[in-house]
Amino acid sequence: MKYTEEHEWLRLEDGIVVVGITEHATEALGEIVFVELPETPIDVSKDDDVVVIESVKAASDILAPLDGEIIEVNSILIENPALVNEDPLGTAWFFKMKLKDDGELDGLLDEDAYKELIS
Amino acid sequence: MTDLKKTPLFDLHETLGAKMVPFTGYLMPVQYPLGVMKEHVQTRTHAGLFDVSHMGQVIVRAKSGTQADAALALEGLVPMDILGLGVDRQRYAYFTNENGGILDDLMIANRGDHLFLVVNAACKQADIAHMRTHLSDTCTVEELEDRALIALQGPAAQDAMATLTNATSEMKFMDVANVNLMGVDCWVSRSGYTGEDGYEISVPTSHVEELTKALLALDAVEPIGLGARDSLRLEAGLCLYGNDIDVETTPIEANLTWAIQKVRRNGGARAGGFPGAEKILDHIENGAPRRRVGLRPDGRAPMRDGTQLFADGTSDNSIGIITSGGFGPTVEGPVSMGYLPQDLAKVDQEVFAEVRGKRMSARVVALPFTPANFKR
Repeated sequence: MKYTEEHEWLRLEDGIVVVGITEHATEALGEIVFVELPETPIDVSKDDDVVVIESVKAASDILAPLDGEIIEVNSILIENPALVNEDPLGTAWFFKMKLKDDGELDGLLDEDAYKELIS
Repeated sequence: MTDLKKTPLFDLHETLGAKMVPFTGYLMPVQYPLGVMKEHVQTRTHAGLFDVSHMGQVIVRAKSGTQADAALALEGLVPMDILGLGVDRQRYAYFTNENGGILDDLMIANRGDHLFLVVNAACKQADIAHMRTHLSDTCTVEELEDRALIALQGPAAQDAMATLTNATSEMKFMDVANVNLMGVDCWVSRSGYTGEDGYEISVPTSHVEELTKALLALDAVEPIGLGARDSLRLEAGLCLYGNDIDVETTPIEANLTWAIQKVRRNGGARAGGFPGAEKILDHIENGAPRRRVGLRPDGRAPMRDGTQLFADGTSDNSIGIITSGGFGPTVEGPVSMGYLPQDLAKVDQEVFAEVRGKRMSARVVALPFTPANFKR
């Protein structure tokens, strides 16, 4: 698993990267009440706003972690935004993407580096 | 951060695991470990305890010793019937300015030989200066710095209070009373800011922690932070000063005309005589250009304060603005309040809000979003 400084996690599965947000992020955001996902497929550049989530407190953007193409979104979250709080590392993934360059994953944080970031 | 004040319950909030944030000059609990959503539901279904000690507590007393003199003097600053406010009764009020705008909203209680006012934290210094400027000939205006204020709200509030006293169960909505709680003289009103039954309790600073701990020790009572306080008052259709009402909104625009008793309106025995009376009474007679309404977004996206409103999906000209908005945990969906032109301020009217560059439809609905649950 890889992480970004924006509190996203990335998991490489059969050449596809699954993206979600960390438990630390959901704790900071509070209960999620709204998720807006992009139409797919869509080409994205690193740091593009791709997902909007709203908690009981405020709206936040989730950014594209790297360049690539989002090929699938987790539509369950539209009907059940609370799943993000319940299972952020599992069933509440946000989108799947094909990276322009899989090698760029190596530039992201590993688990130890992310833990240090949030400690 | 060094300038932020702490309420007498600060240490208890920390012990309870609250997340503290700056709010109108105070470090206040925004939420406890329960979280905003569960705190909200707790208050609607059982009881919640709020620290509102940041609010201003003020005593206005007639120099003549005759309570009516203080009531009549205060009527020069608010468009309410204060002379007719019964002993041990409380009333919602607002200070108006010469333009008919609202300087602050407040509660005024008639406590027999003085008037007791509770004003917003952000406005309290200005309110006190305003009263001293205009009332000093006839009244003393005293800010109470040695009393804390807590609110116990929710359907279980009556039974929770009954564990400490038998004096509060029979109180009706907006009654006030001196009540001995745990050996201390407290000033209790049956009122609140959640749309639920409940009490607001003014208690000496020295005893507030003990009283709060006793209430929190009950199974039905949990501490509630500012986050849920805001979603509760929003669902109840209650205004937040600075968001939904301010110096730019007249009481009629703000849909608060109900708070102006007949005796202060045209034809009443003490009509006018408050700042901005001409404009306010004209708005009552002839209508105001815009009105505060409730809005239910058709989609799931919350429409928050500052969001512009439009008549349709394409036009460039904003027709109004959202002044409060978020997710309503009891409604289980997004809820907002905002201002619309008078001709569009009717139930079922469709309007469009621009959220992140996209036009999203919403409908005007009657307020409150959740039925009030007061002890009448």
